[in-house]
Amino acid sequence: MAVRVQREDFDLGAELAALRAGRSDIGALVSFSGLVRDAGGIETMELEHYPGMTEKALAAIEAEARARWPLADCLIVHRYGRLSPGEQIMMVATASAHREAAFAAAEFLMDYLKSRAPFWKKEAGAEGARWVEAQAADEAALARWRD
Amino acid sequence: MRLRVRYFAWLRERVGAPQEEVETEAATVGDLVEELRAQDEAHALAFADMRAVRVAVDEELTDLAAPLAGVREVAFFPPMTGG
Repeated sequence: MAVRVQREDFDLGAELAALRAGRSDIGALVSFSGLVRDAGGIETMELEHYPGMTEKALAAIEAEARARWPLADCLIVHRYGRLSPGEQIMMVATASAHREAAFAAAEFLMDYLKSRAPFWKKEAGAEGARWVEAQAADEAALARWRD
Repeated sequence: MRLRVRYFAWLRERVGAPQEEVETEAATVGDLVEELRAQDEAHALAFADMRAVRVAVDEELTDLAAPLAGVREVAFFPPMTGG
């Protein structure tokens, strides 16, 4: 189980290989990675975060996922700093004996991370810079986990 | 009491500083916002619409009703957009 917040890029394949290395109890390994998408004229995306709180919030979200599903392991990597379209922003990986838990936990981690981890995105392009606004759908996505 | 107040994203830009040390007798985060707002135009602009402001006290998400007794750090920021 691990949470990492870093400026540098990561190797998704290497992270997944490390997660399952030396183990034979994992039957399902699910991963998601978020990329900088050029939604029209975006040249850079600046990711700001709250050092200290970020790591705590991610660890709390991960602990919640592990309490809900039988996970063999779990990894969250999130970058900050200046990124360009096509670059990796973050990844989550969940490992479990069976795929149901791995898929559900990965979705849960993403839903909570989007609205509960202190990251903010600012996009800049030819037409200037703007802070990405939170979507009502992001908050609504949390509701399905509250039962 | 002495508190560190931190700002992120557009709140940081509007206030014009990432953090400041404040001397306050505010009982709650909401009281602190009122004090900061009265300080100058930059703070007034940052706190103009509290529906767009989230708050953390000692690195834990909370709300304006949170008490400040024993608190070291209060942070203000817009809704988060990670992932």
